[in-house]
Amino acid sequence: MTMGLSKRIKSLQFAYLSPDEIRRMSAVKIITADTYDDDGYPIEMGLMDLHLGVIEPNLRCRTCGGRVNECPGHFGIIELAMPVVHVGYAKEIKRLLQSTCRACGRLLPDSAQARSGPVLGTEEGFTSSRPPREDRVCPFCHEVQQRIILDKPTTFRENGHKITPKEVRARLERIPDEDVVKLGLNPKFGRPEWMVLTVLPVPPVSVRPSITLESGERSEDDLTHKLVDVLRINQRLRENRDMGAPQLVVEDLWELLQYHVTTYFDNQTSGIPPARHRSGRPLKTLVQRLKGKDGRFRSNLSGKRVNFSARTVISPDPLLSINDVGIPFEVARALTVPLDVTPFNLEIAKEFVKRGPNPPNQNGRYVPGANYLVREDGQRIKIMERNAEACADLVTPGCVVERQLLDGDIVLFNRQPSLHRMSMMAHFVRILPYKTFRFNLCDCTPYNADFDGDEMNLHVLQGQEARAEAKVLMQVQEHVLSPRYGGPIVGMIHDHITAAFLLTHKNPRFNRAQATYILSKVHLPMPPPEGKGRDGEEYWTGKQLFSLTLPSDLNVEFRANICGHRGKDLKQHEEDDCYVQVVDGKLLRGTIDAKAIAAGKGVILDAIARNNGPSRTREFLDTMSRLAITAIGLKGLSTGIDDEDVPEEARRQIFRALAEARTEVNNLVEKYRKGELEQMPGRSLEETLEVMVRKELGKARDVAGDIAGKYLGLNNPAVILARSGARGSMLNLTQMAGAVGQQSVRGERLLRGYYDRTLPHFARGDLGAQARGFVSSSYKVGLSPTEYFFHSMGGREGLVDTAVRTSRSGYMQRRLINALEDLRVEEDGTVRNTAGVVIEYQYGEDGIDPSRSVQGKALIVDEVLQSVLGRRYHAGAEALRGEGVEGTTPVGEEELDLLAEAQLEEEVEDEETEDVTPEDGGGDFGGGD
Amino acid sequence: MAKEGGTGGMDRTLQRALAEMARKEGVRLPSKILDEVAERTAHLRLSPEDQKKVAHELARRFRKAEVDAHESVGIVAAQSIGEPGTQMTLRTFHYAGVAEMNVTLGLPRLIELVDARRIPSTPMMTVYVDRKIREDKVRVQEIALRIEVTMVPDVATIGTNVEELKVVITPRPALMEARGIVRKDVEKALTENLDTRHFSWEDGKGSGEARSFEIHLKEAPAPRAGKEPEEETPFKSLLQAAEDVRQMRIKGIPGIKRALIKKEDSGEYVIYTEGSNFAEVLKIDGVDRARTTTNSIFDIYHVLGVEAARVALVQEANRTLAEQGLTVDIRHIMLVSDVMTNEGDIRAIGRHGISGKKTSVLARAAFEITAAHLLKAAITGEVDELRGVAENIIVGQPITLGTGAVNLIYRPPSTPAKAA
Repeated sequence: MTMGLSKRIKSLQFAYLSPDEIRRMSAVKIITADTYDDDGYPIEMGLMDLHLGVIEPNLRCRTCGGRVNECPGHFGIIELAMPVVHVGYAKEIKRLLQSTCRACGRLLPDSAQARSGPVLGTEEGFTSSRPPREDRVCPFCHEVQQRIILDKPTTFRENGHKITPKEVRARLERIPDEDVVKLGLNPKFGRPEWMVLTVLPVPPVSVRPSITLESGERSEDDLTHKLVDVLRINQRLRENRDMGAPQLVVEDLWELLQYHVTTYFDNQTSGIPPARHRSGRPLKTLVQRLKGKDGRFRSNLSGKRVNFSARTVISPDPLLSINDVGIPFEVARALTVPLDVTPFNLEIAKEFVKRGPNPPNQNGRYVPGANYLVREDGQRIKIMERNAEACADLVTPGCVVERQLLDGDIVLFNRQPSLHRMSMMAHFVRILPYKTFRFNLCDCTPYNADFDGDEMNLHVLQGQEARAEAKVLMQVQEHVLSPRYGGPIVGMIHDHITAAFLLTHKNPRFNRAQATYILSKVHLPMPPPEGKGRDGEEYWTGKQLFSLTLPSDLNVEFRANICGHRGKDLKQHEEDDCYVQVVDGKLLRGTIDAKAIAAGKGVILDAIARNNGPSRTREFLDTMSRLAITAIGLKGLSTGIDDEDVPEEARRQIFRALAEARTEVNNLVEKYRKGELEQMPGRSLEETLEVMVRKELGKARDVAGDIAGKYLGLNNPAVILARSGARGSMLNLTQMAGAVGQQSVRGERLLRGYYDRTLPHFARGDLGAQARGFVSSSYKVGLSPTEYFFHSMGGREGLVDTAVRTSRSGYMQRRLINALEDLRVEEDGTVRNTAGVVIEYQYGEDGIDPSRSVQGKALIVDEVLQSVLGRRYHAGAEALRGEGVEGTTPVGEEELDLLAEAQLEEEVEDEETEDVTPEDGGGDFGGGD
Repeated sequence: MAKEGGTGGMDRTLQRALAEMARKEGVRLPSKILDEVAERTAHLRLSPEDQKKVAHELARRFRKAEVDAHESVGIVAAQSIGEPGTQMTLRTFHYAGVAEMNVTLGLPRLIELVDARRIPSTPMMTVYVDRKIREDKVRVQEIALRIEVTMVPDVATIGTNVEELKVVITPRPALMEARGIVRKDVEKALTENLDTRHFSWEDGKGSGEARSFEIHLKEAPAPRAGKEPEEETPFKSLLQAAEDVRQMRIKGIPGIKRALIKKEDSGEYVIYTEGSNFAEVLKIDGVDRARTTTNSIFDIYHVLGVEAARVALVQEANRTLAEQGLTVDIRHIMLVSDVMTNEGDIRAIGRHGISGKKTSVLARAAFEITAAHLLKAAITGEVDELRGVAENIIVGQPITLGTGAVNLIYRPPSTPAKAA
């Protein structure tokens, strides 16, 4: 952590090495194919030569004299007996050979380059090579040109005759610099003939360390193996050539050398078998090291392993703030924060050190110690119990003490997959007993976490700058509003919502004891009682208690989730207590449910986050979640399978309705068989039948649901869960109480399995309801064997779907990120990429940040006018808008509603014709997602 | 897109005044907001004092919601579109406005848009009709019939008589009537399209509308162009003739397999087509050229240009997400579309499009096809200026977005600042 401005790499120049440079940078010439001698000492001029650097702790590098951690390693060199082609450049060499004269090396005028004069280093200059026509004559030396073929991967042929790499190199050498430029290459950074290798650089041993197995056996790196092969063949080739062996032998060896050098670079070159390890595993050579997900670039450079991090299982803790994270003692002891010692904190720092790395807990409470002491000269001392006292004396201003984690430290908390920025947020440390990370349930949604074994990662920030940034930008409270849609993403879930419902619906009363109990848990002052009951006892109401959590300037009105899709009948609203009205922070009427406080759609939450700022939002979420947990603990809510019980009469009705539907389907099939079915336009007869059958059965499921629904009112716990939006849907309930309904694969009724039938239990060609996957049982009654099988078929599709979807959408997101990562808003409000190209003149056409917008809008005009003009505006506006004030209902919601309604159109129509009106508002049936 | 409220005939002095006042505070208010204010306060008649206060409040709130400089809007956009991807359905087919038609939706459609595929997997057009006739079912149906392609096999049975070496085409009056054509049309298609170098045709059996056509081989069948002569046998050419006939278009627009009409809530009839041919459909009389659209982005690009293609991309992506019940701020979608259309054509998100054209070698190498990019960079002597995100992470220094874009220098008070 150096002070002041750090140096910055401004640019990187790519180039390739000349044989001379390879020689110059090499520390030693490698000639022996062996690595270690019998004593396990590196052989000189072998692949493990000590000049190449050291990997063993007690040896010194012969080149720089450094030890393992001091010496970066040095290159060596292999002088190739005969030149070979670099695989990566084979295509490029072909292009060059084709575009230049075979005799004088000048650029042939027919090539596209000569005409257009490409810009150096551009895509165009590089690829647009059009080879000159065959049997052309060079205008400079009148040599007749031949057609050149690249016999993949590395052999060049001219008129069927092989051109040796030596000849290739000679030709490339002849190309003058000015022509090289015209060919799109840059001779300043590499001559074309260097693409044919005459020497091979040998990477330092630190790049290819050998490992010692437990048995004491040495195992060499893949690269070393490959280099051994190269050296061996190189040696034989040289001997044979020098001895004057027959041409054929030399050529064979030459080709073998080419093979080894090729696979040394890329062991997945198409057209040649990959070099294999003794065990048969293909070797991982240079290209393989770089490539792909586990390659150097994506695995080690774009993302790195880090210190000061921890990972463990997560669990919930409703008593923590949304900004906190609970950390086990063990983790807190292992993670440290550097503490710069100054004269002002000298004593504190000494105390940390004195305690050592493992101070005993006091009354079960965590006591932080210190793990390392870094002295001014950079010396790092590990603090242990026995040297703690001594270390404490060494602490002076200027030292750095790595102290253990404390309550209030700021850390980053992350859950994979990190799909959006809310997947990594800053939390404040709370050190707690037990061994899991814990956080408030409101944080589940942004992390997409649950507690069925999920694990999460934690990172301790090490710098002052990082901590400051995290605190300002990354705290959970700063991310309550999602940049995706400008609504709350942190918010209440499951039990919170149920509790809010129980607390506010029809405004239940609490006596002094109950009210005191609730408020003591929430740390809120006791308000005066709402009134006195008939028996003279004071009472407090649920709505009153809920209102205590709200900021006093909150004013919203909207329809609650339990409202469903019913019309604007205000009387009905009043009766169902589903029209929510908050005036000056007091809940006057309506039920608080998902629509008000849930993550993703909470209107009240949204309003607070926008108007009262992050801190107040945090406070609201903290107190509200405590209130909810306390309240539900007091009121209690449990559900079981008997919540889906329906009277015998209803069961019979359902049975009758389903039987009718089945007969109706049979009638349709009959009609189809007789050809009496009226074909729908643009559909085949079969499709028409399917559509009609599906419609009929869909209707039957809904009717069954409706009948069951009549007996499922808001006094039923399961219904409360569904209607309040806490968990589950009415569809789930009707499937349990009524009928499960049609199973489908690929959006069609089941049709696969046996020849002309789904299962051998049915007749061939049976198109009826049961034979094609209609489940008329309910989950509660239980499925018949065939139904169970059909249900599994549908279930399987769902599973496969999810698996495929994650990979596909993951790749799409990776591409999107890669394409857009460099864009930013400039000071002038434009959006530009790194090249400075303007992508948008004003971000989003209005320069508004979606996360600061109100459901995508910069501001709500109504609110502005109301705040400025007050009553004057309100009176007129009321008249303008007519009945039903919906000032704060976000537009997005409305659109969603419209959408949902559109999708439900069919069903709704059906319902209206049916003469069933569930006694306690069941208008929502069949509308589950 | 929602239709704008009728601020048409309204006098715009209020808007202008408010805009001017806000500009003085350094805020450019969008006209949409100004119009809304005007509309909402139409009954009030704001005094200059009120106007000032309103403008000030508007400006204050607007400024509060503006993006910060150096915000990494690209990454936020990519995340905002990518993240809901996990929640989308994979099922390709779903129903659009008309129950009879299948359209690709959900994740596959989104991927298709981002990929900038030339032809969507289910091309589809929504054809609106001119005001005068849009509520006349018969007239709209007429247009639909003119758009829908009718091939010979749609209205006739095609048989090959090997014995006599002829192809017999028997028109079916019932089918012809449904599609509004007569035997003459078939005849015309035949005369126009038949390869008369090798085949000839004449009237066959039957009478009236149902009278068949017979196609004969001409004597000594000469080898057809592009075919190896020795493979040509009379039998083969006969089959070829039958195949040719099957491909013959009697009327309609190529590429439009089906056209269905549906009555919208507004009372007008709209034609939905399977298959897309934007350019040709727009040429048809009675088609409302202003509103008619297609889901093929490239069709729009070719006919109306890149700006229109950009809007089409935004709309299609937005609709795809909204249909799944996912709300994504339109600004994110616009940014993606703007990136894709920035160069004047439509470029895909990915290796073959934007990512492959990045200026930084390291960024390209880190994405895909690593080795090729590095090797290429070496021989062309490329320089990586390390301006982007990926490059800087690779070399291990702070990125150039967000807080990394600025430097904060602290000058201790002991060194007196010059400006003091």
